[in-house]
Amino acid sequence: MIDSVTIALELAALGLVAGVLGGLLGVGGGVLFVPGLVVILGLSQHQAEATSLLAIVPVALLGALTQDRYGNVRRSDALKIGLLSIVGVAGGVALANILSGAVLRGAFALLLLVIAAQLVRRALTQLRKNDPYAL
Amino acid sequence: MSPLARVLAEQEGTSGERSRQRTLELIAIGTAAGLFSGVFGVGGGSVIVPLLVLWLGYHEREATGTSLAAIVFIAAFASALGAAYGNLRLLDAVAIGVPATGGVLIGTWLQQRLAGRSIMLLFAAVLVAAAVELLLE
Repeated sequence: MIDSVTIALELAALGLVAGVLGGLLGVGGGVLFVPGLVVILGLSQHQAEATSLLAIVPVALLGALTQDRYGNVRRSDALKIGLLSIVGVAGGVALANILSGAVLRGAFALLLLVIAAQLVRRALTQLRKNDPYAL
Repeated sequence: MSPLARVLAEQEGTSGERSRQRTLELIAIGTAAGLFSGVFGVGGGSVIVPLLVLWLGYHEREATGTSLAAIVFIAAFASALGAAYGNLRLLDAVAIGVPATGGVLIGTWLQQRLAGRSIMLLFAAVLVAAAVELLLE
């Protein structure tokens, strides 16, 4: 009972933090949801990915609605990209399920390192531009 | 054909070609993002945003907004397919997805008030730690 409450709180904290970073940096929840689900719940990499994807839906929806109010969503392009993604999605999910959990986890860890490098580069670019809101 | 008609016809030809190329680019972006999302369990924004900027000349804010809207569909498709493979844990997804929407509101509010730079570096460090954790798991 106490364990399940603790786990529920941990999941809520994971969601909250991932959402804050998503709203703040535009880097989606998935990069935190997946490792969080593996570590907190001990899910397999495959389970963590499918579960992360569903959790992303409300986050992206809210983010898109907010951005749309600022006029930052080109709806027709977004719809085309979204609907035309289905072939790639089917291929990607099939590929993920062919790969072993260990391979998939290793690839995901590499992805995290690439995104970390991107973030560092973004931060340094802003620093060079001499942004008034310095570090 | 009158000069005016020729000019009009040429313009139509170019704009037709351009819109065809644009459609092909959107298909390529959707397919690449879908693959990425399906394999990694993430939204695919790290593929969509740079390609919209590079190929379609989007500004970063528009690219981010449009990418988020596309991700709604991509993530919904990918999680439905993941469920078909028996990998979806519905309640766990709700347990993180619902608090995450609250987080998005806080994050958007904060965005207007502070520079993201130190947070980017902090987040980068968190991602490196998560990568190490996954590799040791």
